[in-house]
Amino acid sequence: METFLGLDYPTWWFLVVGGLFSGYAILDGFDFGAGAWHLFLKKEQSRRIALNAVGPVWDGNEVWLVIGGGALFAGFPVMYATLFSSLYIPFMLFLVCIIFRAISIEFRGKEEMKWWRKTWDIGYSVSSILLAFLLGVVLGNVLQGIALGPDYQYQGSGFFEFLNPYAILTGLTTLSLFMAHGAIYLLLKTEGRLFAKLTFLLKKGMIFFMVSFAVTTLYTLLYIPHLSDAFRSDPVLFAVPLATFLSIANVPRLANKRSYKWAFFFSSLTISFLLALVAIELYPTLLFSTLDPAHSIDIYNAAASTKSLKIMLTMVAIGGPLVLGYTFFVYRTFRGKVQLDETSY
Amino acid sequence: MDVEILSRIQFAFTIAFHYIYPPLSIGIGLVMVVFESLYIRTKNQEYHTLAKFWTKIFALTFGIGVVTGIVMEFEFGTNWAVYSRYVGDIFGSALAAEGIFAFALESGFLGVLIFGWNRVKSWVHLVSTIGVFLGSMFSAIWIVVANSWQQTPAGYHIVGEGLEARAEITDFWAMVFNPSSVDRILHVWLGAFLAGTFLILSVHAYYILRGRFVHISQKAFKITLIVATVFSLGQLMTGHSSAEGVAVNQPAKLATMEGHFEASGPADMYLFGWVDKEEQKVTGLKIPGGLSFLLDYDFDAPVTGLNAFAEEDRPSQINAVFQFYHIMVAIGMFLILLTLYACYLWWRGKLFDKRWLLWTFVFTALLPQIANQVGWFTAEMGRQPWVVYGLLRTSEAFSQAVSANQVLFSLILFMFVYTLLFLLFVYLLNKKIKHGPYDDSDEDDRPLTKEITQIVTGN
Repeated sequence: METFLGLDYPTWWFLVVGGLFSGYAILDGFDFGAGAWHLFLKKEQSRRIALNAVGPVWDGNEVWLVIGGGALFAGFPVMYATLFSSLYIPFMLFLVCIIFRAISIEFRGKEEMKWWRKTWDIGYSVSSILLAFLLGVVLGNVLQGIALGPDYQYQGSGFFEFLNPYAILTGLTTLSLFMAHGAIYLLLKTEGRLFAKLTFLLKKGMIFFMVSFAVTTLYTLLYIPHLSDAFRSDPVLFAVPLATFLSIANVPRLANKRSYKWAFFFSSLTISFLLALVAIELYPTLLFSTLDPAHSIDIYNAAASTKSLKIMLTMVAIGGPLVLGYTFFVYRTFRGKVQLDETSY
Repeated sequence: MDVEILSRIQFAFTIAFHYIYPPLSIGIGLVMVVFESLYIRTKNQEYHTLAKFWTKIFALTFGIGVVTGIVMEFEFGTNWAVYSRYVGDIFGSALAAEGIFAFALESGFLGVLIFGWNRVKSWVHLVSTIGVFLGSMFSAIWIVVANSWQQTPAGYHIVGEGLEARAEITDFWAMVFNPSSVDRILHVWLGAFLAGTFLILSVHAYYILRGRFVHISQKAFKITLIVATVFSLGQLMTGHSSAEGVAVNQPAKLATMEGHFEASGPADMYLFGWVDKEEQKVTGLKIPGGLSFLLDYDFDAPVTGLNAFAEEDRPSQINAVFQFYHIMVAIGMFLILLTLYACYLWWRGKLFDKRWLLWTFVFTALLPQIANQVGWFTAEMGRQPWVVYGLLRTSEAFSQAVSANQVLFSLILFMFVYTLLFLLFVYLLNKKIKHGPYDDSDEDDRPLTKEITQIVTGN
């Protein structure tokens, strides 16, 4: 197989997709997380500020989902088709929630009535929670594997097979991770009493995350041994979980020092590290078959042609820096605390 | 109902809904760039007000376009898994290009466009507006390229067999510039310009009729009218060359559009009509040999008809395609007449004198929307029974792993949430239009309004 700088093309694309997913998780992660806290903020003014903290950026963040999804489709069409059709219900619920969330954000500020605002506050918060949870559920199913038969055909049935114990655990871990991450983002964007309240919420969020993460890790080690294969065969990789733990530990330390910028950096880094762990656990498999390992999907049988991968890697090389450039420009323009004006939600 | 038909209904419903919004964004974006450039050149505050007003409506259509667009991307995987495996190598690279070059550009600058009026210099803001507008144009390019490849595949070869068969790219640029890409991109762009400009004309015509924001609206109306006239005429040309392309590349589709059955013979052109598929007859008003003439400048030139194709290779809904196509053409012609007549009145200095004409403009906002929809129905239903023309049948392309119950469940959810979304759109659009480009509550100069209000409210 053709290689570039020592790695074959499917591996390169695996890294690209991983990078995009990680970017997506960091960005939409904080706005889902911020949304998940919404009902914990009681005052109207606090809720408005929290909503406007994500106001200018949430749909830009969702673009990363479109690009990440597109990258998976383009590079690993077999994986895209199989994953999405096998986990039909969670993906459909995800879509409905993402639309409902957008509706809630837009509708909320348009009328003054109390019941009106309350309805959309609930819509916004519940859909944010469900979105984070569903992302984790999909991840859990990917890690655990699904009932794949020959020709990449899913053999499972029923509506709720996707909601198995492991998927629920990864769902909760993702939710709690995003909530901690989102609370830190809100701390960067707020001041005064709301800020004080959020420091308190952040502590709760971090405890929620630590507990879910510990239980999930334990479950993984005990019941899903195939995920530890890579670490057993190549102990050097153990550096990654170690770095992950250090990065996680750094978040509360920095939060206590009130250095929220760095805490946000480390919560983002934690998300990247956790996804790196997932990548190591999977590589080169993309989706395990629980029926027969021969039916699993890996980066080679799922990959687009080398020619197509080369074309797309060229696009990424040209377009990637551009995307990073104007993302940076936008965040720079809107840096600092939220100021409500006539364009606000 | 089985999985295939439910998935088709769901895809048709979600894509038709989605396609209300991106064309509006592209069309409004174009006029926003014009307004904002005029502001920077002339420093006339009115253009600034107009640009800002339309940015608000743009933000609304753009936002709905994004969320409904995510649905489209996901549905390829969820509902059309066999199709996705088959075309992934090709469709995927077009979609990836859209994401990287178009979508990221649009959404990146969108924040500055909407929220950045007071935060950046006016030229930086204009650059952002142009960035968003170009992003939306690029977006259209890549999506239409992907769709055009389905209509006229090129630059590929087929690898594997059965469920594992798939098309792989052999020549990227041949794929991008497949035989129908350029014609269809232009046709889609102009359709989008018309959707946006006619909404702008409609709103400003309404203000003029209601006596609100009159001066600024007349200005906006005139500028937008020029754009609308140019592109209404232009659409005739892109439509014609698209049809010529269809004649060469997808003769079964062209024959369906005009209800032409005879395997090889002169083809008529209908102004309107009704197709009887069983009798192979069209009843209606026709120009005998009209289609032959349009294609070959000869009323007797033979055109390939539906009978040249095996029954299973023809579109099944012939009358529907015929009607959709004719509605699109009729609307296109009407838009040309309307804009030219308005331009004539403008030249005579009477543009705003005829109230019925302004009312016509108010309601005409719906027509380009309808034309865009039925145009796509023609293109997609006319391509049946193929999802990739000549290569993959629609009946073979849907997800095997999904059950009818699951699709029914998601279809019901989509209907619910899209109804809500549409209500939101109408509500917000109405609210923004009612509010207008600026706060005019103090300059209400409609005769006696203030006095009447005072009498009614008692203060």
